[in-house]
Amino acid sequence: MNILAIEASGLTAGTALVTTDGTPEGTTLVAENSLRYKKTHSQTLVPLMDQLKQWTELDLQTLDAIAITSGPGSFTGLRIGAATAKGMGLALDIPIIPVPTLDSLAYNVYGTDALVCPMMDARRSQVYTGIYEEKDRPVALRAGCAVPVADILGDLNERGRQVILVGDGVPAYREEIRQGLSVPYFAAPAHLSEQRAASTAVLAAYLWGTEGGRCLVNADDFRPEYLRKSQAERQMEAARKEGKLSALAAGNLVKEERKEGLHDSADL
Amino acid sequence: MNDQAGKRMKRGLTILGIESSCDETAASVVVDGRTILSNEISSQIDIHTLYGGVVPEIASRKHVERVNQVIRKAMQDADTTLDDLDAIAVTYGPGLVGALLVGVSAAKAISFARGIPLVGVHHIEGHISANFLAAPELEPPFICLVVSGGHTHLVIVRDYGEYEILGRTQDDAAGEAFDKVARAIGLGYPGGPKIDRAARDGRADAIAFPRGKVSDAKYDFSFSGLKSAVLNYLNTQKMQGNEICVPDVAASFQQSVVDTLVSRAMAAVDEYHYDKFALAGGVASNTALRNAAKQACRERGISFYCPPPVLCTDNGAMIACAGYYEYQKGTRSGYDLNAIPNLPLGER
Repeated sequence: MNILAIEASGLTAGTALVTTDGTPEGTTLVAENSLRYKKTHSQTLVPLMDQLKQWTELDLQTLDAIAITSGPGSFTGLRIGAATAKGMGLALDIPIIPVPTLDSLAYNVYGTDALVCPMMDARRSQVYTGIYEEKDRPVALRAGCAVPVADILGDLNERGRQVILVGDGVPAYREEIRQGLSVPYFAAPAHLSEQRAASTAVLAAYLWGTEGGRCLVNADDFRPEYLRKSQAERQMEAARKEGKLSALAAGNLVKEERKEGLHDSADL
Repeated sequence: MNDQAGKRMKRGLTILGIESSCDETAASVVVDGRTILSNEISSQIDIHTLYGGVVPEIASRKHVERVNQVIRKAMQDADTTLDDLDAIAVTYGPGLVGALLVGVSAAKAISFARGIPLVGVHHIEGHISANFLAAPELEPPFICLVVSGGHTHLVIVRDYGEYEILGRTQDDAAGEAFDKVARAIGLGYPGGPKIDRAARDGRADAIAFPRGKVSDAKYDFSFSGLKSAVLNYLNTQKMQGNEICVPDVAASFQQSVVDTLVSRAMAAVDEYHYDKFALAGGVASNTALRNAAKQACRERGISFYCPPPVLCTDNGAMIACAGYYEYQKGTRSGYDLNAIPNLPLGER
């Protein structure tokens, strides 16, 4: 089983190639590359794949699946990754193995009794986060969610166990964490703290080894897990409750988001 | 060799066009830049109607959900496999950046996975090229008026892929003005077709709305003054307790837009002496505009071109067509092709 993994959910773009027989000992990370520097994912992701292909003299027809960090993350980054993975799946007639971003981040850490808490900066004073225990793979004690930092810190305090923090939300909220977290904790070093295509690739290999075909999704059907509705959809729900659907349809409620769309977060 | 393989052998240069710049996910297979084998369009208009206009984040998400099915359908309808393709053409701007990125990313991935050459296409160049699909005999040079929800451009098409922009809108695009006025008179989104329909029951000379002029640039357009005039009229009528006749407002507003567009376009035709004039873009589906432009061309004895509505709306065929002429010129895009939301026409 040859799996090419794509990572584009955060600030780092990356690709990785694993071969696996479905067991941890029978899994080899053949190549990995990553880049967090100036250019956008749209400019770097396929060139990174091309580089990986050339390094490993990879015949793309021998790939069995595309693994992708499936969300949450930057909406724009997730879409670049998803559309790329779907295009690869269509062109090579192979399925996708979606790996939740928080699972992949938690898998950067291994073999510890401490809890692992991935924390991604979700802007608007929130983080995408979850709480994991490390078994032979990360097992979620609290499922992925978008919540205020104080919410997840309070949860960790209640659990009363040592915790390892990973993700770009850790530097972003270091003050809040320092003041709000009362259990012993430490932040993972940089090489373990960012989303990595290698973690996604190896976790995809693990999923295939343990779940077989159940981890595979048809490339046509795959869509990212944003964990957050768009602002317009939230306004739709509010308008429905307040009986203001006609004001919504008259275009009076979603002006801001419409303006933002012209400039979207093209930084990824 | 069986018959089918024989047919494939004889087929000309085959291009898959992919378009996702706004709220249509579209793909099409076109041969030799002129023959449409398939033209699949998945419109999101029903969703955006609920919000009174296109919501970029929702548009982007829907593109991701539909992109593979649309491409697959276009390939199947054309009885074409990826091996038959000579190139993939994709819109990379202008448009909503999140929406553009979906088509661009999928196109690059397919290009990379199967070693198929990639050609990035300008969206407006696509709209102009829709005329080549509709009229096989049409060749540059000619003057083209491109009018859509996001664009209003008066252009000399000197040659395939070579443009001189004579004028453009200085504020709202024509289609945008339709949307805003439709909203104000309670017709909702999308404004173009709804005003077109309402106007058929109204009198175009009922209300004297201004014809937008731009003093220092004779081929530029302005529609914000007209929009304000309509809003002022509605306010005044409301304050005086008068009932508003929606068909009359729609017809009078539409007449003002059409007069402005056609008079500028014909001034350019007269000054530059071209014997061919073409309409393009979503607003080119507007019946009043088509009729007025056709009439003005007939009076001048010049040829009038306008694609059918299915090629006026955003579609993959026009992208494949524009991509064909770029491909013939040797244009190839790299795997680092990015979406450019404000890409200027005629630049790469």
